[in-house]
Order: sequence, then structure tokens, then C-alpha cells
Amino acid sequence: MSTATVRVGVGRMVRRLGGHGWLFRVCLGVLVVFVAVALLAPWLAPQDPTVGDFADTMAGPSAQHWLGTDQGGHDTFSALLEGARTSLLGPLGVVAFSSVGGIAVGLFSGWRGGRVDAVISRVLDVLFAFPSLLLAILAVALFGKGLGAPVLAMAVAYLPYTARLVRGLTAQEKTRPYIAAYLVQGHAPAYVAVRGLLPNIAATVLAQSTVNFGYALLDLAALSFLGLGVQPPTPDWGAMINRAQSAVLAGQPLSAVVPVMAVVVAVLAFNVVGERLGERGTR
Amino acid sequence: MTPLLEVTGLRKAYGPTLAVDGVSFSLPPGGALGLVGESGSGKTTTARMLVGLERPDSGSISVLGRPLAPAVHGRAARLARAKAVQMVYQDPYLSLDARLTIGETLDGVLRLHGHHDRSARAARVREVLAQVGLGDREAAAHPRRLSGGQRQRAAIARALAVEPAVLVLDEAVSALDVSVQAQVLNLLTDVRREAGIGLVFVSHDLAVVRYVCDEALVLWQGRPVEHRPLPELLAGPEHPYTRLLLASVPHPGWDPGGIARRRRALSELVPGERPD
Amino acid sequence: MNASLLEVDGLTVELPGTARPVLDAVTLRVAAGEVVGLVGESGSGKSVTARAALGLLPPGARRAGRVLVGGEDVLGAGQGRLRALRAAEVSMVFQDPRAGINPVRRIGDFLTEPLRLTRRWNRRRAEERAVELLAAVGLPEPERQLRRYPHQLSGGMLQRVMIAGALAGEPRLLLCDEPTTALDVSTQAEILALLGRLQRERGLGLLLITHDVELAAATCDRVYVMYAGRIVERATAAELFGRPRHPYTIGLLGSTPPLTGPPARLRPVPGTPIGLDEAAPGCAFAVRCAFAQAGRCDQEVPALLPLVDGADGAGHAAACVRLAEIPSPAEEVRP
Repeated sequence: MSTATVRVGVGRMVRRLGGHGWLFRVCLGVLVVFVAVALLAPWLAPQDPTVGDFADTMAGPSAQHWLGTDQGGHDTFSALLEGARTSLLGPLGVVAFSSVGGIAVGLFSGWRGGRVDAVISRVLDVLFAFPSLLLAILAVALFGKGLGAPVLAMAVAYLPYTARLVRGLTAQEKTRPYIAAYLVQGHAPAYVAVRGLLPNIAATVLAQSTVNFGYALLDLAALSFLGLGVQPPTPDWGAMINRAQSAVLAGQPLSAVVPVMAVVVAVLAFNVVGERLGERGTR
Repeated sequence: MTPLLEVTGLRKAYGPTLAVDGVSFSLPPGGALGLVGESGSGKTTTARMLVGLERPDSGSISVLGRPLAPAVHGRAARLARAKAVQMVYQDPYLSLDARLTIGETLDGVLRLHGHHDRSARAARVREVLAQVGLGDREAAAHPRRLSGGQRQRAAIARALAVEPAVLVLDEAVSALDVSVQAQVLNLLTDVRREAGIGLVFVSHDLAVVRYVCDEALVLWQGRPVEHRPLPELLAGPEHPYTRLLLASVPHPGWDPGGIARRRRALSELVPGERPD
Repeated sequence: MNASLLEVDGLTVELPGTARPVLDAVTLRVAAGEVVGLVGESGSGKSVTARAALGLLPPGARRAGRVLVGGEDVLGAGQGRLRALRAAEVSMVFQDPRAGINPVRRIGDFLTEPLRLTRRWNRRRAEERAVELLAAVGLPEPERQLRRYPHQLSGGMLQRVMIAGALAGEPRLLLCDEPTTALDVSTQAEILALLGRLQRERGLGLLLITHDVELAAATCDRVYVMYAGRIVERATAAELFGRPRHPYTIGLLGSTPPLTGPPARLRPVPGTPIGLDEAAPGCAFAVRCAFAQAGRCDQEVPALLPLVDGADGAGHAAACVRLAEIPSPAEEVRP
């Protein structure tokens, strides 16, 4: 594809995204800010959040520490900014793996139909039975703490959602005459499925992935909160909430409230954007 | 002379339901055959078998003397099959890829069929669209920007771009407005005359079939019941089902009350048996 | 002359965000015992006209003019009065019978529920009435049909059920919006035979909305032709199809392939019906019309003028400023 068509495509997409009402635009703006912060965090953070100043623990907001410090004396504002990196990177991994895998499985299953489809659908049903968090904890038990094992486990747990959606959409879209027309023109079935059918259901799948992103963020934060995910001193919203427990008990809840707000706002924004994209896709 | 299209003993069953049984016909070069029937007659299943969307249980389809394999494997076989028979579908709103402009759709067809030079392709797209009465404005438009009639013209252009020997039209005008339907019917008769393409015209509408075709094959419950040149068929229908269809066409002084009598005559027949 | 069951009087309906009115000064009437056709293509406003007779207008619509059903203005009527009118005076049959019935309820529920709710009849009495209705629309074994589900019936049988439902309140006016378009041709003929029989037996006024000129010619007493929200021609069926006067009507008739007579090339109307987003300052048909005269047809909105003197809203009339110059096709064209 030439650069010109890419530019035209982006311009068209931006124009389309504009027409969704103020809530959608606000949420989209929030997501853009979050991603920008995550990308630029090392340059934006005023202090190194991994270095604690034990002389200044559980401090309130001040000129030096805008959002105060936690019980270890880490700057909450800096931790929030740098924490955006791991907190968004994890869900990104989950969504990337689960979407690619889910699309592949769902497209194959829905396109082939028949017995193959029935077997794949049953396997997906079994996968559905495992809560994603349980699977992630199991992975941590097997492979150790950190970001890698839980992300992979959760990608497997999220895959059936995307796969089931893609399977349903494919089975429905496949009956449309334009697909028959592609086949009658002499295109290979695999080409028709990937290049003809998939782009026509992509909007709805993208919406599902966006919603999944929010849930994965929540799950990974919970894992970090339990101390099973990202390990200190790497900043992470879930881990921040975990460490702030004693500060909350000591009557200084700010260092817990800030990451909680970040998680809530991010999940909310992803849900709203995903749902609106989905409405557009089904229209 | 080798017939353009030769179909013998087509049969297709879905489980216990027999959709098509014993359909045979041949089409001379430049000929036009109407496959006439109502829902459940097997006419659409027959059309889908002709283009390879359904695999017949038995029977054969030959184009210009070469039998078409029931299942195609490999690029060359697929392209040869596409060159043999192309199809235009009933619903112009669903039969075009909504993401692509008409020009892009046609360009994709030409690229697939070995037109590698970009500017030559563009010229050919323009030529094929002109053949169906569409211009540059329509070529640059997405299907949703076009009316039903324009979409159906585009769908016909897409089929013609492959340069098929036979064009199958599955109720291709029944979703269009009356005034637009006439435009497309005239286009089809022109295409047939100018390009020498054989037409298989699937329809429930005898008046439309009469306008486009030379002969008609009437299908009832998956079986052929009458196959004759249209003037003969309309003047003296033999099978009770043909008579029922003919009596169902509204005309001034029409008595729809006579239909019930004709249907009773039909229900007394054992399905598939010819009255002699 | 019979009293009018339906009188649409200068009805104009405008929707926000459209370039032209959906309906533009539509005037038509249906008397008791008469079958009236309303013919038009997509976007002509024929379905909006019929829905207006039920008191239904598209949301956000601005309107002018009146719609009288049995002498009562339905567009000004309150919800309660409207319900009463729909229960007893006017009823409608829609195009797709499957879309109009709840697929998980039985046929019996569909027919008896309105009777039990609006008339407070008990189950026994409502079921007896439902059996009567099903017998009247020619369904075999009506008692057994009551216990069946919609998916167990063919499209034609289901349309009979819908007609039975429309007759439940003993309406005097029946509106049929493309009642046979979704059906097979031979089934279409049977449904029309049924509608014709019911209309004669009960002296109903029947408004048949269709895109099919031949169908209207074969089944109606009088026909109105609509284009882009306006009535462009009105005549008895015989007049309209023997001596059409409006260029659009002539074009429609020239677009339909005949089943008999010498094969001749169709003379279709060029272009496509205009959409709601296209404004027409003059005659809406001018851009497609072979007789259109620049400076006149594209500026002057033609009035629906009677062609015969003494017509009181029922005679042959056409809306074209160049009527005098347009030759009507000779009668042998339509066998």
C-alpha cells in the first residue's frame, strides 16, 4: 500500500471517530493522554519513583511531591507516570496475543464449519470454564512472578472470547453473496476469508479487543495487588495499591487513591471506546 | 456445433430433502435459457451448482465441451472455472464488498485474471463499466453511495470483467424498482447480443424471462417439468405447474380466483410425474 | 356516491434533515366497497401515506393537512381514540408476515390476545372468533392452526393469518402495504383472490399499496400513481392503463415487459427515483422526463388537474404542465 492511501485511510478514520458524541471523544482523549504518558514517562516524571526517601514517608501533596509520597517515601506522581508503562504494556500483550490467536481460530472455525467447527467450539467452551485470574495465578506458580507468565496465561484465557465472536461473525458473513462472488471470481478460499471477509468484520473485533484491554488491565492490576505480578521496584498501579495499604491504615490514603483512579479511568475509557466502536461495526 | 453449456442429470440432496433432481439442458453459443420456478423449485441450487458454489451429488456440467470438475484445486483450475461461468446475485445491496469502491472491485478481478499492467487495467475497468452504463464517478464510489440499479450494473460489470462464456443471473432484477428493472433488462439483452455471452436467467417472473430468453426450463419441486421455446410455452403450457405460473401473472381482466383450481389440479399430481 | 372511509386531504409530511418533503400535498380517498391502488417506486411515499391513515407518522415529522378515517381526524386524535379507531375502523396488512408476528407465540395467541385485551372477551369466546377468522381466510383445519407456531406455516399461510388478524376488529377499511411482495407468484394470486373475496363479501374499502403496475391494473377499481411524495396521476384502472397521461405513468407502463403481444424493446425511464436528499424546485420527475422543458418543468410545481370536467376528486387527473403536448400511447400498446 502506498503512503498516499495510508494517509487517506488515517484521515478518514479520524473523521469517522469524530462523529460519536462527546463521551466517546473525551474517553478517546483520555486514552491518547494515557498512551502518551506511558511512552514519555521517563522524561515526564520529576523524580525516580524507584528511589525512596525514608526521611519523607507518607507525605501530603507539596511543591516537591505533587501527589505526596507513600510509606516507602517514593514520589506518587512519578510512580503514577512510570507505572502507566507496565500497566498498559501488560494488557497490550494480552490483547495482542488473544486477538491474533482468537481471530485465527475463529476465522478458521467459522469458515470451515461442520465437524471441525463443532470440535473447536467445544474446546473453546472448556477454556471458558477457567477464570482468567486463576489461570494467571497458576502460571505464576509454575513459571514464577513477573509480567511474562501472567500475560501469556491471560492471553490464553481471553482468546476464547475473541474466537467465539469472530467465529459467529464469520459464519454469518460467509453467507453473504459478496463472499460467494469472490469465490466465483476464482479467488482462493483462504484469500477470500482473510482479505475479503476479515476486513468486513474487523470493526466489531477491534471493539471487542478494546473492551478486553480494559478487563486485562483490571486483572493484571489485581495480580500485582496480590503481589504476584510486576515486582518492586518496577512501578505498577496494582503494586502501588498493594504497597499503599499501610498508608491507608495510617490515614494517608492518597498514594492508594491515585493509582485506583488511574485504573478506573483507564478501564472506563477503554470500555466506552470499545462499545461505541462495536455499535459502529454492527451498523 | 458444440453447445456452450451442457448440463446432464444434475442432482443435489440436503439430507433427506431432494433439492434438484434430473436437471439437464444445453445452451447454444449466445443462447439464453430461463430457469423458471418458485421458492423450493431448485432453481437457485441449480444456479449455485453451475458456478461451483455447491457440489452436485451426480450429473455433469460442460462448458464448450470441457467438463467442469466438481471440485477445483489449484489456481489455474479456479481461474478456468471462473472464466467458464460467472454469476450475478439477487440482492445488489449485499453482493458487493462494501469496503471497496466499484473501481477497486473490478481492478481486483482483473488483477486476479492476469492483467498485470496497471494502466491497462485502469483502461479495461473504464471499458467494462462503460459497457454497463457506468462512468468514472461510479467507479470512484463505494457501493453505499450508489442506487440499487447502479449496484446491479456494477455487479454485472464485475462478472463481465472475467470474460465468462456463460453468465448466470439469479433473480438479478427482482429487487429493483420497476423503471430501473427495465434498464437492466435492456442492458442484459445488449450484453448478450454484443458479447455473445450465454445467459442462464433464473427467475419466477415469466414476463421477464420472455423478454430476455429464447427458451425456458420450468422447475417444480426440484424436477424439470417443461422445457420448450418460450413462444410455445406461453401459448400452450402443458404441465399444470406451468399453467399455474402463467395464470398467476396479473393482467387486466385477471381472475385470481382461478388459481385455487389450478393448484388443486397440481396437487393431484404425484411430484415429478409428467402428465401424458 | 358513497361516503369516504379514508380521506387524505393535502397531507404534507416533512422530516428534519431532508431536502424535500416525504409527502407533498397528497390527496386521496377510499370509499366503502372500493379497491384503490397506490402505485409507486421506492421513496415515493406510498407506505408513509398508508401509515398516516393509522395515525402513525415518522418520529420528528412536521405535517400539514388532514387524514380522516370514517370522518374522524386521526392525526389530531388522542391515543385512546386512535386505539379505538385501529381496533374497529381501520386495519393494516404488511409486506413481510414473518416480521409482524412473534415467532415464539402460537397463532392462537396472536389472534386471541387483542380480542381479550381490547374487548375483554374470555378465552373461549376469543378462540371461537379466531377459528371463524381462520376459516374465513381459507386455512384448513382452523382449530389445529391455533396451536401451531409461525415457523410451522408457509409464507402464504402466515399472510392469511395476518389478514385474519387484521379482520378481527371488523374494520371497514383495510390497508394492504405490498401484501404479496414477499410471497411466491402463485401464492400472491391466491392472497389477492382472498382479499378480493373478503372485500366483496364485507363491502370493505381496500387500499392496495404496490410497486407493481400490472398488479394494480388487474385488481383495483381506481389507481393513484405517486412519485417523490406527490400524486402525479389518478384515474380508474381502465383509464390509467388504457390512456395514461403523465410521463411517469407512461414510463412505468413502458418499463414492464408484457407477457403477450409482439416482442418489443422496453422503453425504460432513464435515471433512478430521486432520494429524500435531492430537492426538486419544479416537477420532481423533470430530470428523468423525456418531455421536460427547461425553464418550465424544473421551476413550476405542477398541480394535479382534472382532465375531464365535472370531476369531484375521483376522475382522471394528472400533474404535468405539458399534458396538452404529450401524446398518450395508443391503446394497442397495452393489450
